[in-house]
Amino acid sequence: MGLIARQAEAVGISTVCMSSALDITQSVNPPRAVFLDFPLGHTTGKANEPDLQYSIVHDALMALGEMKSPGSIKILPYRWSEDESWKNTHSEDARLPRTSEPQFQFEEDRILYKASKK
Amino acid sequence: MHVEYIKRISNLYARLEYSPYTWVRNEDTPPWQPLKKPLNECRVAVSASGGIYKAGQLAFHYKDDDSYRAIPKDVNIKDLRITHFAYDMTDARHDPNCVFPIEPLQRMEKEGFIGKLAPFQYTFMGGIYSSRKVRENLAPAIIDKLLKDKVDALLLVPV
Repeated sequence: MGLIARQAEAVGISTVCMSSALDITQSVNPPRAVFLDFPLGHTTGKANEPDLQYSIVHDALMALGEMKSPGSIKILPYRWSEDESWKNTHSEDARLPRTSEPQFQFEEDRILYKASKK
Repeated sequence: MHVEYIKRISNLYARLEYSPYTWVRNEDTPPWQPLKKPLNECRVAVSASGGIYKAGQLAFHYKDDDSYRAIPKDVNIKDLRITHFAYDMTDARHDPNCVFPIEPLQRMEKEGFIGKLAPFQYTFMGGIYSSRKVRENLAPAIIDKLLKDKVDALLLVPV
């Protein structure tokens, strides 16, 4: 994401990168970043909480005008839960196998795609 | 204290006896484009790497897929799908706004907080091991589209 942000800024598009992984974002050093301390897979909020999602995106877009120096990271105040136990629980290796076959969420999607190609 | 993902992933790779992953490390000053006009006059786009596609489009594959999908601005979230090899997709599949905040942006356009939502949002699947593929193929392709769409400001959403 940092790579795309850097190339976009270079051609005149202002960017802001969301982040749930502060150390990775610090390493990539994008032009502007906003850190939300939530578990991966919730970069712009919790499921079915539209007001929270709106508020997070609002804060991120506000950073476009607020930030004055390249490489800044704004820390958002939201908390995932009262306690921080989610930070200790993670699966050993839940990643799915790398394959060149398209991975449709539903079988119907595959059928729909094939129909669109006819 | 925030989660130390680099340490966690490095330890995992060591245990699995994978070769260590080389993290992108940029120590220069990043390029910088100040916002040219107020947000309520800007054309805003979102680009997300959570493996989002629209029903009817080709799904992503899991082996360094450097393609992208164009999601129209007025998409109904019921038509959005998620596919990715490396994160827990449970919540994102219930509500794609967790990783692709299209409904908040649609609302912001309606309320006038942003000038316009761009006609298309470009999505892809992160976890591309080859940073060369991103730098030379994916990033220039997406940016070319954004320029044609006359986008002023871009929100980037990784997972």
